[in-house]
Amino acid sequence: MQRSLNNSETLSGIIQKPQFSPYTDNGGTVIAVGGKGFVIIGCDSRLSSGYTINTRFQPKLFKLTPQTVLGSAGCWCDVLTFVRLIEARLKMYSYEHNKTMSTPATAQLVSIMLYYKRFFPYYVSNLVAGLDEEGNGVVYSYDPVGHCEQSTYCATGSSSAFIQPLLDNYVGKKNIANAEKGKLLTQEEALRVVNDAFVSATERNMYCGDSIILNIITEKGIEERVIPLRKD
Amino acid sequence: MKYHTQSPASTGTSVIGITFNDGVLIASDDLVSYGTLARYRNIPRVLKVNEQTVVGCGGDFADFQHLSKIIEQKQIDEEANNDGFTLTPKALHSWITRVLYNRRSKFDPFWNTWVVGGLQDGKPFLGYVDMLGTAFVDRAVATGYGEMIAKPLLWEAVEKKESITEEEAKDLIAKCMSLLFCRDSRAFPKYRIAKVTKDGSVIEGPFEVNVDWSIAAHVQGYE
Amino acid sequence: MFRNQYDNDVTTWSPQGRLHQVEYAMEAVKQGSATVGLKNNEHCVLLALKRSTSELSAHQKKIIPIDEHIGMAIAGLTADARILSRFMRNECINERYAHDQLLPVNRLVSALGNKLQNCTQRYDRRPYGVGLLIAGYDGKGPHIYQTCPSANYFDCKAMAIGARSQSARTYLEKNMHLFKDTNLNELVKHGLLSLRECLPNDLSLSNKNVSIAIVGKDHPFKTFDDSNVDQWLALISDAEKRGRSTTSAPPPPPPGDDTDMPPAENQPQVATEAAEHRMAID
Repeated sequence: MQRSLNNSETLSGIIQKPQFSPYTDNGGTVIAVGGKGFVIIGCDSRLSSGYTINTRFQPKLFKLTPQTVLGSAGCWCDVLTFVRLIEARLKMYSYEHNKTMSTPATAQLVSIMLYYKRFFPYYVSNLVAGLDEEGNGVVYSYDPVGHCEQSTYCATGSSSAFIQPLLDNYVGKKNIANAEKGKLLTQEEALRVVNDAFVSATERNMYCGDSIILNIITEKGIEERVIPLRKD
Repeated sequence: MKYHTQSPASTGTSVIGITFNDGVLIASDDLVSYGTLARYRNIPRVLKVNEQTVVGCGGDFADFQHLSKIIEQKQIDEEANNDGFTLTPKALHSWITRVLYNRRSKFDPFWNTWVVGGLQDGKPFLGYVDMLGTAFVDRAVATGYGEMIAKPLLWEAVEKKESITEEEAKDLIAKCMSLLFCRDSRAFPKYRIAKVTKDGSVIEGPFEVNVDWSIAAHVQGYE
Repeated sequence: MFRNQYDNDVTTWSPQGRLHQVEYAMEAVKQGSATVGLKNNEHCVLLALKRSTSELSAHQKKIIPIDEHIGMAIAGLTADARILSRFMRNECINERYAHDQLLPVNRLVSALGNKLQNCTQRYDRRPYGVGLLIAGYDGKGPHIYQTCPSANYFDCKAMAIGARSQSARTYLEKNMHLFKDTNLNELVKHGLLSLRECLPNDLSLSNKNVSIAIVGKDHPFKTFDDSNVDQWLALISDAEKRGRSTTSAPPPPPPGDDTDMPPAENQPQVATEAAEHRMAID
């Protein structure tokens, strides 16, 4: 809440005074799962502040290049600003270098732009999903100050604590005896796990719901899908 | 450390807005409160920017006046260009977002919540911006207590049907304003509506809230 | 044009009421290779003749994208054009950042005009030695603007600037009544036909020396170079590709450029001297 109440004692008793905080948590969940020749990134479309839902349809995915998508959740005003800045940087890059930025370069740019605000951070959870130079799906996850890690699947945002263990088990084959590790999911399997993860998170997390917005990134381009979720 | 304004002084309460089939309505009451005091009782908080853009504002009234002056000047500059382009609701919404975000980043916020409405390329546009720069666009928006009391009604109306008429929207606004007056202690029974249609924008009102307290006596626990 | 006592800096008026330094800068535009811009109801097309400084170097880029909806073709000092393009890109990006919309072309050009004007009124600056043809599409349709080192700018139906561009302008003037309602292919064809008027006899339009850019309704600014030009060159016959610029007294070519044309007789002294230290003029 932007106006957390700060209690301070005075002679007349306890007075309540609104105190300013530049941050708020608007919720939102982003999941990305990559595989051979594809990567899927999805977000829920709910934007909330505390117990109120601001809007039921706020996409949190941003197409940065024809093969890279950024998913961003957390403090929405920071998301809006961060995305505009990165879009401007990508535009400058494309004109200066006469090509669109590659996914690994975009991932590095996100990291640097986050760290640039190290001491007044963007309070944002980011995922970058895209195709690497071989055309395979990669996912980059970040903390708010720019720590970056490459993987093939990740969940972030308000429901990350619910979904990440599920992905670790199902996609990463973690904690399974004699599991065939390192095997990548097919596109259909990945779509299913992303869908199920959102449906499950919506059951348990107030800040997740309304609808899933999916971006399926392949060599052919970015396909967008919208799937309804519980609205309560 | 230098302390900037960390709390609002004279304030306005909720602003509500709704889109209908060929336009937008934004409503807010005429009251500016000073704490619990109903200080100024005849102050419109909706503003006509141009023939396709209107805004409404809740929160600190001084900040609203200050930004209104800037927005009005922006509109004058835009007209002075005389090149056929005008300030659109989407552009103004974006601009307010940037201004409020920049001020929050300086720890010197404009303590406002804004609703920007109008016609964008002929289609209804309705946007919300809060003091941090949090912004979104929806078919119905509300600020402050309106977000809790009025928005469920507004949403129900716009979600139930593909589009609603101006009359339906106006009836709904009237209902929401009376509901807000009943439960929001900083609300006022006199309000104005900013309307944008393809015929231009206009501030209508003041309207009186229709409330009937006579039944209150029959409710158990009130006497 | 010869030196006189009133051309030591841009801010000195001659008794005839002229600013000689500014006029000299205007000459820089005529040294650059020709470029043509024209539009119909929905599209703008820019066409440019590219030159290479030597056999060893690549053809110099003549068309610079500014934003999704704006781009420009240049004639004159390439380096100056790049500074201007950076300014213009910044203006467009700032408009996107603040107002989340595309900058109207006329607003960009008037901001640019103000920047150019500054250099014509300060003794410690020199005018930008480049002419621009700015093509853009916005809420008011397609636009072609021409800007000059003198800081003048013009809203054009069609325009050609650069070396031997008079013959292209003559073509455009003759045919511009056809442009408005024509389709994109025909428009490019007119562009190519006017551009070839600027070519010397012994050269013809090819995918090496022509670049084309198109911007318009539902058509983000796109440049066609090298083999991508072929589809457009195919619109005209081989005979129509041949240069036939024999009329109109040719302006002095950039010294040292042998691909172009025989050097003219009355070159100013300053230009000949510059032959050893050639500026990148395209």
